[in-house]
Amino acid sequence: MLVLFGIPILVIGFVIGLNPLLVVAIAGTATGLLAGLDPLAILSAFGKAFVQNRYIGIVWLVVPVIGLLERCGLRERAQILIARVHAATTGRVLLIYLVIRQLSAALGLTSLGGHAQMVRPLIAPMAEGAEERHGPLTDDTRALIRAHAAAVDNIGVFFGEDVFIAIGSILLIKAFLGDNGIQVQPLDLAVWAIPTAVLAFAVHGTRLYLLDRRLARARGTAPGMSA
Amino acid sequence: MIGLDAVYILAGLMFGAFALQHALDAAAPRRWANTAFWGAYAATFLFGSALPDAVSGLLVLLMVVLAGLGRIGGARATAGTPEERRAGALRFGDRLFVPALVIPAVALLGTLFLKDATLGGRPLIDPKQVTLVSLGLGVIAALAVAYALLRPRLAAPLTEGRRLIDAVGWAAVLPQLLAALGALFLVAGVGKAVAEVVTHAIPLDNRFVLVAAYTVGMALFTVVMGNAFAAFPVMTAGIGLPLIVNVMHGDPIVMSAIGMLSGFCGTLMTPMAANFNIVPAALLELPDRNGVIKVQIPTGLILLGCNTLLMYWLVFRGA
Repeated sequence: MLVLFGIPILVIGFVIGLNPLLVVAIAGTATGLLAGLDPLAILSAFGKAFVQNRYIGIVWLVVPVIGLLERCGLRERAQILIARVHAATTGRVLLIYLVIRQLSAALGLTSLGGHAQMVRPLIAPMAEGAEERHGPLTDDTRALIRAHAAAVDNIGVFFGEDVFIAIGSILLIKAFLGDNGIQVQPLDLAVWAIPTAVLAFAVHGTRLYLLDRRLARARGTAPGMSA
Repeated sequence: MIGLDAVYILAGLMFGAFALQHALDAAAPRRWANTAFWGAYAATFLFGSALPDAVSGLLVLLMVVLAGLGRIGGARATAGTPEERRAGALRFGDRLFVPALVIPAVALLGTLFLKDATLGGRPLIDPKQVTLVSLGLGVIAALAVAYALLRPRLAAPLTEGRRLIDAVGWAAVLPQLLAALGALFLVAGVGKAVAEVVTHAIPLDNRFVLVAAYTVGMALFTVVMGNAFAAFPVMTAGIGLPLIVNVMHGDPIVMSAIGMLSGFCGTLMTPMAANFNIVPAALLELPDRNGVIKVQIPTGLILLGCNTLLMYWLVFRGA
């Protein structure tokens, strides 16, 4: 039970706003010490796992391309493009991205998306641009729209990918049940991910509709009157 | 054969170039701290496979200390002036979208078609790593297209890449550090201890309470560990299989599928899932580090309720 001590350290550290790298390192060290590891073993365990998980950092390879395109006006171009579409609102832009992200993930195409590749250079500027037609955005509104753009990317992929039979989580379930003497086909599992996928779209789609209403209220006009 | 090692070298060279730019930029704030931070990260990519674990650990410790002291990031954050960017948007037009779309297009085509490609009888790309290698190829292709279409200065991608990575700052390495924490938790047996706590106080006789304990437990465990994959075996071995399946005769397939998705609801609500929640907040330069999580919590909670009801209705169909 003593090893659980690392968890309150994490919670408290995050809540009081310490640097997360520091919080994680302290929580890991405390957990290791309580489990009877000596400091050098803890240092080695961190080093080994950090190096083994380098594949997570591969996504940063996109920053030179995205940075260059931003310097050349990619975000402004995305805003110009969306400003031409009169029916576009922030909520509708994000709803279309939610559909694309969920459907492509359900077909196993999870690499069509991502915060660095899609959200920062394209989706967030379009979502902001749709609202900027009604005037300059306050800092709070801009932050809210950007946070929603990131959330759509996550929700789309989480509740789309399990419909695909060869995704990691389905294979993990199949392997785990197999170890416990229950043989299942990936397709049988994937089918039962569909109800939640549909509900996720309904719930989050509704919230995007409400986001449009909230933005309209914030600028003092009713939704239909602004076009 | 192109494997992950080649991609790691590419990433190491890029982060090394970011470190070098910090070292050469006398005007930048906290010049040497940033140089050391990105230099250490570059070293883990370039030499990580060869270094002793303790030395890698020291590099990680250096990054943690520099970030903990608040010495990372904060270089100039703007990409030219707004007028320059608007002029670029008008001059280059929709051509600007082409390199941005090349990355996912090549990543996708590579994943679909390069898996079985061979060169002289040997696989061209390590089939297990085809997605990540394809992402690397996509970036190289996008750079080539960008040079051809936009004709920037030769070093412009590295200058602009450094600007972007400075905006992200320490958050760039948080997901990897959390993965390391997960490995330590595993060694220390944290998962088993959590499972004991969760499974201790469950009444055995009520179907709905059992289902709710399993789905909410999946979400809570995921909030703590940051990863539904870590929660699934523990919760399913602790509550799912012994109680819902063996005692109540629920369907293990329905239970597992919806159980995993209940864990994903937890992923939406935790800073521990840093690459989904904390990294985008940094990448989008949100003032609130938890801004993305706050937007996701309502959807996460509603869907957790939906999953609990769905499982309750569907898992006992044959029982």
